[in-house]
Amino acid sequence: MTGFQLDLGVTSWGRVLRLLHQVARPAFRDEIETQIIAAAAEPRGVLGSGLRRSYGDSGLNADGHLIDMTALDRLIAFDPKTGRLTAEAGISLKEILSFAIPRGFFLPVTPGTRNVTLAGAIANDVHGKNHHGAGTFGRFVRELTLLRSDGSIRALSADDETGLFAATIGGLGLTGIIATAQIELIPISSAMMDAQTVPFGDLDEFFAVAAESEPSFDYTVAWVDCLAKGTALGRGLFSRGRHAAQGPLAVHEPGTGRNLPTDLPGFALNRLSIGAFNALYYRNGRRHVDLASVSYLPFFYPLDAIGNWNRLYGRAGMYQYQSVIPPTVARDATAEMLGQIAKAGEGSFLAVLKTFGNLPSPGLLSFPMEGTTLALDFPNRGTETLALLARLDGVVKEARGRLYPAKDGRLPPEMFVSGYPGLDRFRSFVDPGFSSSFWRRINA
Amino acid sequence: MTAPSKTLRVLILGATSGIAEATGRIYAREGARLVLAARQPQRLEDIAADLRTRGAAQVELAVVGFAAEADYRARLVELAESLGGLDHILLAYGVLGDQEAAQSDWRQAADIIDVNFRSAAGWTLAAADYLEHQGNGSLVVLGSVAGDRGRRANFIYGAAKAAIATLVEGISHRFAGKGPHVVVVKPGPTDTPMTAGMKKGGLLWSSPQRVAAIVRRAADGGAPVVYGPWFWRYIMLVIRFLPASIFNKLNI
Repeated sequence: MTGFQLDLGVTSWGRVLRLLHQVARPAFRDEIETQIIAAAAEPRGVLGSGLRRSYGDSGLNADGHLIDMTALDRLIAFDPKTGRLTAEAGISLKEILSFAIPRGFFLPVTPGTRNVTLAGAIANDVHGKNHHGAGTFGRFVRELTLLRSDGSIRALSADDETGLFAATIGGLGLTGIIATAQIELIPISSAMMDAQTVPFGDLDEFFAVAAESEPSFDYTVAWVDCLAKGTALGRGLFSRGRHAAQGPLAVHEPGTGRNLPTDLPGFALNRLSIGAFNALYYRNGRRHVDLASVSYLPFFYPLDAIGNWNRLYGRAGMYQYQSVIPPTVARDATAEMLGQIAKAGEGSFLAVLKTFGNLPSPGLLSFPMEGTTLALDFPNRGTETLALLARLDGVVKEARGRLYPAKDGRLPPEMFVSGYPGLDRFRSFVDPGFSSSFWRRINA
Repeated sequence: MTAPSKTLRVLILGATSGIAEATGRIYAREGARLVLAARQPQRLEDIAADLRTRGAAQVELAVVGFAAEADYRARLVELAESLGGLDHILLAYGVLGDQEAAQSDWRQAADIIDVNFRSAAGWTLAAADYLEHQGNGSLVVLGSVAGDRGRRANFIYGAAKAAIATLVEGISHRFAGKGPHVVVVKPGPTDTPMTAGMKKGGLLWSSPQRVAAIVRRAADGGAPVVYGPWFWRYIMLVIRFLPASIFNKLNI
């Protein structure tokens, strides 16, 4: 049927689930509409698919249809006066950077990997290290075209009053296929970053360094040693930076194509190895306190240097867990979560802490809100891991926080409902021909 | 955005094919002036907007049904004159066809041969004459490793690609010691819309970008037969020399 093929191995970045899909990969925009209409009529409907960097089930549509948009990567127009770039929405952020940097522009907001599509960045209303000053990716989306299962093509702009634009930003692909989008890039004078790492000994110090850094640094983020206990609880390294005022506008690529070709055995990442890594990383980081000039690549995308790093976690895969907690209770709730994790001994390489600013997110289901976000990943050890995540859920719920669907594979439905007040309004914009594994789980 | 010493004028026949589009992006980054020819006007427009945005100095479009063209020479001259002459010509259109259906349905077999050889030969001969008359320029024709030895999976397509490769070799001989350069590039399996429906992945599959870089280099001169990527030269060398008693037992 119009280019769909059975694919048994579709998996998301967390690799916990491996599910059967019918997948089409259109090469031109004029192919998409018939594919949507055909697939929307089938059980479980259709969902757009990109580079599959969502960790859980929000980008999957098990036993249903996916339209893989990654071949739709053409540019449509660029205005160097305004920095506005229009492109087919299957283009990757990596490709956008390759185009933008030599012309003196950069992504207005970037997540921790360049390997996501423009449509994926919009559908998850992604955030980055500059959230405190810039807000989410969706704030820089000026226009988009949305293909719906009724055959209509909706041209939407940021001043859209129907609500469909706001539903599509962060809408997890459920409002239709985002075929093209226009975003506003930001001007830069150099591909280099002026960056600095500041160690902090505990959570109070983290909040102090964050408050001191945010007015003068566009980008801030912290790595937390989540195996440290007692007085060392919440110790970590604070990274802050800004685009350098001058330097070459060169596109950088990792030196060698390091790629993890196969799964590491599941036992490779355990309490001892992660603890040793974290202690080493912490001590190593303490030495780099001067403002240094580094490429945008290691600054924004340290893990892109290792393709398929998710294979570190073995065949069982991993869970990501990302929460945001409102400011008033942020310190205590974060301490409680780190305490629970340290007690369980379920460490992770990537424990990332960042304060979100108060700029409103434009999407009805946007994850970021003012407060403190903590992102963690856990090797999938089955019930033990799920039990810890359930304890973390308790802390987040009590603190009136919420979890990020892009990172999730098991978020309890009532927690999604209570965390996202825009959900009821959102439902009326969902295209009836579209669905996802996440959406069915939430509505079960 | 490396500025070449000279703005190239490039004609791409079959500009909507995966390898052609990726090659077009390389030319666009160089700031080349392009004429894109293909059958579907909307798809041509999509690609033209992309190449203009990426830096092409000029992009002209021509809707051409390659196999249906009555006068290749006149049409080629017309396309060439829209840029006031040509430095590079890339012939990239082709169709894989349905081997199984075509082997017992002559009309389908004839279509495969018509597109991949009969009309391709017409365009190639017209292009060769044009470049010879002009006294310089490069002609790159896409062949296929499928043309190096007939296999049950695609031998009608393979036969047409073998024929066009032989034609190009002959033109290369004809051009020996003269100004123009002609080359056949033989890609291995490449992940493009043409191969949609095949099981992809594995070491032998290439991205269109990788093959495009080889196509672009081939246009600058060198050997008259180029494999894309290079290792296919050696794979096909082995396959060509396999005795039939062994080859016929292989499920390839």
